[in-house]
Amino acid sequence: MEYILIIISAIFVNNVVLAQFLGVCPFLGVSNRVPTSMGMGAAVVFVMTIAAVVVYLLQYYVLVPLGIEYMQTIVFILVIAALVQMVELVLKKVSPSLYQALGIFLPLITTNCAVLGVAILLVQKQYNLLQSVTYSFSTAVGFALALVIFAGIRERLELDDVPRALRGTPIALITAGILAMAFMGFSGLV
Amino acid sequence: MDKLRIILSGIVKNNPTFVLMLGMCPTLATTTSAVNGAGMGAATMAVLILSNIVISLIKGVIPSKVRIPAYIVVIAAFVTVVELLMKAYLPELSKSLGVFIPLIVVNCIILGRAEGFAAKNGVLDSALDGVGTGLGFTLALTLVGAVREMLGSGAIFGHKFIAGDGMLIFVLAPGAFLVLGYLMVAFNRLTAKMKS
Repeated sequence: MEYILIIISAIFVNNVVLAQFLGVCPFLGVSNRVPTSMGMGAAVVFVMTIAAVVVYLLQYYVLVPLGIEYMQTIVFILVIAALVQMVELVLKKVSPSLYQALGIFLPLITTNCAVLGVAILLVQKQYNLLQSVTYSFSTAVGFALALVIFAGIRERLELDDVPRALRGTPIALITAGILAMAFMGFSGLV
Repeated sequence: MDKLRIILSGIVKNNPTFVLMLGMCPTLATTTSAVNGAGMGAATMAVLILSNIVISLIKGVIPSKVRIPAYIVVIAAFVTVVELLMKAYLPELSKSLGVFIPLIVVNCIILGRAEGFAAKNGVLDSALDGVGTGLGFTLALTLVGAVREMLGSGAIFGHKFIAGDGMLIFVLAPGAFLVLGYLMVAFNRLTAKMKS
């Protein structure tokens, strides 16, 4: 039950982009077409889940025993950057077809603040390993969901006659605002 | 004169929020009130100035292949310093900004200025660029925060000017997107008018 609550809360109620504002840059940047947004979403799910395991082990088996929790930010960002590189290399060798699909999105993930944000949050929330993995996996699914819905809307928006001053980012932000309102409907759920 | 232009460029011509559209996450997340926006802007500005200075000092020493990781370490170190200082001296603000203080590390503005300016220019110019870009970011965040606070809770910098509550939606998540979107529209209109 507890895990179901974590999943529903992370995907719908506290959606990472629309309620917590993590990962807004890729949300606005890679949401022009539905297929690309699916690729980006899949890449984030993949990396974020692995990052949760690595960060958890690092926090409780290295940083806490050594008493250097204040090094958290530095250690996490370096590990995430290295991890993304490693995932890229491994994927290239092991599964070229998956690499083809996710390849171009992987380097972009380093600067995705959602990955570092979730890493810091799961330590703050004091989750155990299984909870951490569940939490970051469902957060990433929430990100992918928001991204794909948003890309679908933007594909339609391209055909519409948008006033000049609103073209580009402003109309995207306003659309995201309305989408965020829709997601607020889930707020009584958990 | 040139020094002044470096500062002004960060505030108006290359405003990180309204023109370059970098660092969207903190812009949306921490602007529930003018004070929070200003606090986030100031914290980012501090990191930006310090990391610009250090990076421009060590730019000759770092091999170009590992420069990005090196920049990230410098930035992360200063973020940690700012984070600990804020926890100690501004516990209230630190609590309301929450996870977004450590996330200054991944703010694209800082790495962008490190790579785009500090790595090519002298120490004084880099520091001034940090001041200018930081001020531009702080002003933008304070503006977004002030608008959201006025509409959302009928107050400005914590001083209430209406009786009762405002439109709560503007303090919540959707309001952030809407306010920033419409402010950008206004900014676009203004710059288009100035050009013509």
